[in-house]
Amino acid sequence: MPADWQSVINDFKAVVPAVDFWSLRLVREEAETLCVREGVVQPPSLAQGRGVHISLVDRGGAAWAATSALTREGLRDAVHEALGWLEVSRRHALVAAEHQPRPQRSGRYATHIETPWEAWSLAGKLDLLQDINRALKVDECIVDWQARLSRRQIDVALVTGDGVVIEQAFHHVLPGYAAVANRDAQTQMRSGGGWGSMRQGGLEQLAAFDFPDSARRVAEEAIALVEAPECPDTTADLLLMPDQMMLQIHESIGHPLELDRILGDERNYAGTSFVTPDMFGSYRYGSELLNVTFDPGVAPEMASYAFDDEGTPAERDYLIRDGILLRPLGGATSQARAGMAGVANARASDWNRPAIDRMANLNLEPGTSRLDELVASIGHGVLMATNRSWSIDDSRNKFQFGCELGRLIVDGELQGLVRNPNYRGISATFWRSLAGVGDPDSLEIWGTPSCGKGEPNQMIHVGHASPPCVFRNVEIFGGE
Amino acid sequence: METCFRELGERLCEDLADDEVLLLNYSGEDSDFVRLNHNRIRQAGHVRQQALELDLVANGREAGAAMPLGGVLEDDLSRARALLQRLRERLPLLPEDPHLNYATGVNSTVQHGENRLPAAGEALNQLIDAARGLDLVGVWAGGEMSRGFANSLGQFNWHSAYSFNLDWSVYREGDKAVKQNYAGFAWDHDVLAGKIARDRETLALLGQTPRTLAPGRYRVFLSPAALFELMEMVSWGGFGLKSHRTAQTPLLGMLREGRTLHPGVSISEHHAAGLTPRFTGEGFIKPDRVALVEAGAYRDCLADSRSAREYGTAVNAAGEQPESLEIGGGGLDGGAVFGALDTGLYVSNLWYCNFSDRNHCRITGMTRFACLWVEQGRPVAPVNVMRFDESIYHILGDRLEGLTREQEHILDTGSYGWRSNASARLPGALVNDFTLTL
Repeated sequence: MPADWQSVINDFKAVVPAVDFWSLRLVREEAETLCVREGVVQPPSLAQGRGVHISLVDRGGAAWAATSALTREGLRDAVHEALGWLEVSRRHALVAAEHQPRPQRSGRYATHIETPWEAWSLAGKLDLLQDINRALKVDECIVDWQARLSRRQIDVALVTGDGVVIEQAFHHVLPGYAAVANRDAQTQMRSGGGWGSMRQGGLEQLAAFDFPDSARRVAEEAIALVEAPECPDTTADLLLMPDQMMLQIHESIGHPLELDRILGDERNYAGTSFVTPDMFGSYRYGSELLNVTFDPGVAPEMASYAFDDEGTPAERDYLIRDGILLRPLGGATSQARAGMAGVANARASDWNRPAIDRMANLNLEPGTSRLDELVASIGHGVLMATNRSWSIDDSRNKFQFGCELGRLIVDGELQGLVRNPNYRGISATFWRSLAGVGDPDSLEIWGTPSCGKGEPNQMIHVGHASPPCVFRNVEIFGGE
Repeated sequence: METCFRELGERLCEDLADDEVLLLNYSGEDSDFVRLNHNRIRQAGHVRQQALELDLVANGREAGAAMPLGGVLEDDLSRARALLQRLRERLPLLPEDPHLNYATGVNSTVQHGENRLPAAGEALNQLIDAARGLDLVGVWAGGEMSRGFANSLGQFNWHSAYSFNLDWSVYREGDKAVKQNYAGFAWDHDVLAGKIARDRETLALLGQTPRTLAPGRYRVFLSPAALFELMEMVSWGGFGLKSHRTAQTPLLGMLREGRTLHPGVSISEHHAAGLTPRFTGEGFIKPDRVALVEAGAYRDCLADSRSAREYGTAVNAAGEQPESLEIGGGGLDGGAVFGALDTGLYVSNLWYCNFSDRNHCRITGMTRFACLWVEQGRPVAPVNVMRFDESIYHILGDRLEGLTREQEHILDTGSYGWRSNASARLPGALVNDFTLTL
């Protein structure tokens, strides 16, 4: 635990009045971002964050307050604010006070790091990003190119009035690069090296994103896409690579299974769900090949942890097994409200937001087919890789997604590139068309650092590991 | 906090070497957030946060940092000095920055907001009371937001405002709901009561058997809120100088193919009518207005400090995404849009938009909330959600029939990290042959 936190805890204990239950969540963050764009080093940035989140439960009410003022006076003010809302909440509470979670177990978690961020000098990291810039600028038609490398260290402690202390320390690396090619009125971007994703661990994780080795290929594909024909308008088989499966899982399995959405909390913003409580245990969500787990134990995946922000110990569970829907993404509070078993997924984006139901690591379990076998199984189809467009209705049913890169498949063989590949479908039926799932060797770990949800809004990181998958008879189309 | 920020800045600048310039940006927020579901309180709380950004410049190089402020001057000063020293140690490791750009003229401004907010608890009591019997879900966000800028050249800027944003939906059943918003600076119970009364009226219409539309082209009226969703997408790279010069703007066709919007469409970044500070993070003062599209033709871009330096133009925005967007009104009477629509789809809200073909500014998204089927000028039934896929060149171009005279001032409800102070002034739009796909 950071040295100055014990005094904050002591000061809080000195000012918090006698209530039925209290918890104090302390969060400290340090981030660094490096970027070289078009060969120009952008001003590097260091970002520090620090604050506490106070939760009070008393006589039928519950409320929270958060502050960056960590003096005794600042904490007293925050407690005063929480007590004010506690009073209002008693008159109008939606959630019974006995449903508020009370963690039972102390514990610790820390990211495993082999190569610390500091192992490479600032100059060395900038040199690497410059090298990548040179690899990206392969032709005059590359009109914008950049490479980034960031890291984020987050320390969280959850302390409760019952004497529970949970300490967790996370370290993430966020690499990536992109090249933009243009000719006349046609522009195409291709990204790689982990762009838009991140992994838990140290600099040793970069290689898993093929960072920096794929830089030249990324630029060449951007150029090739400018010259490529439009993706055809057709109904055909669809082979989604893991960096698009991530988005498909996220939008049309993850969000619909969030229990707070099913309970209606998100209807004004993120939306509701086509899934209803009576579906769990019997609803056929997908074909028998569909197996989806909540798995907080995959070390390099970005949302691995030992406890959620309500203090519930996190364990691996099947949400969908052999295509049958089993369990929602609901933390302790939602489980109590709904009377259903869930998982430890109550998470807060930072100290200034309360915990709500989120995805964490939500993974599609591998099957038995090699990638070449998946391709060979397709007579007429399109391979799509790397998400670039996402849209889905507020019940998480009617979706339309687009990718950076498409490749035709004819008679079981990969053909040329096609640009602007899009597809659309309906969640409730799409997963039942799952016809092939890649083997463990084809599985890749992805995710997004920026899943948005909640009122007030919260942006949080979620992990998705998946092999490539084949879907039959999908509506596919290209650009204008 | 203004006094503390001023003193913090002055004392930090005392430590600078002769060749160093320091830029400081302050952000403060003192906000209540209350979530409601089923017209009861789901989560209620308060956030008090303050943060400081430091940008140290020396010998044509720049390094930046951000830190939280605890509100105790000596403690904050000590941590800021330590961070400044880290920046000082990195500058020699950096190459010269050819796009470095900050204000060197001194333009100090101070704008204090007036606190006319109600007690938040009382406003919530009024809302819950007015909505008794309704399935209301939403959020109250209200309080003070402040921004400050100071530099070692002697400039000081301050902007504070007290606002609330009450955003809610009232559900009838399933996904059939009415969306509402009441945002501003002074609370009026009668305005709230009027909005809730209209919710109750619309709920009755949502009880009709919903229509399911077949994919195809429809005559539609897009409310200002629906147009706001579309313009959020267009604003994603649409008007930024960097995105124009690197051919990434979704309005590329206007630059390279001579495409235009309807001659009745004029779009601007109306800084003077917005809610954001008039100063940028580098100390530049924004102009009153930047004309982006005039009479359907592309005009100017938004240029932040780095793009302005790179491409040799003036800074006219804090960032290259609009924060105070305005589309000028047209000739349609906003009170008679059902009649003007005659038979077609009234789109109250759109949702989850994204590009399906960025080069042609083609956007897909979903209808949401109380979208209504209208026959002979009368709304007759709710419509089940539909996916659209259509180009802005059609929506605000060759298929635009008219814009309403009246504009709606929409205050962004966003609160990722901090409450947003972005807003937009938009009319409604009557559009022919709007494509629904799924």
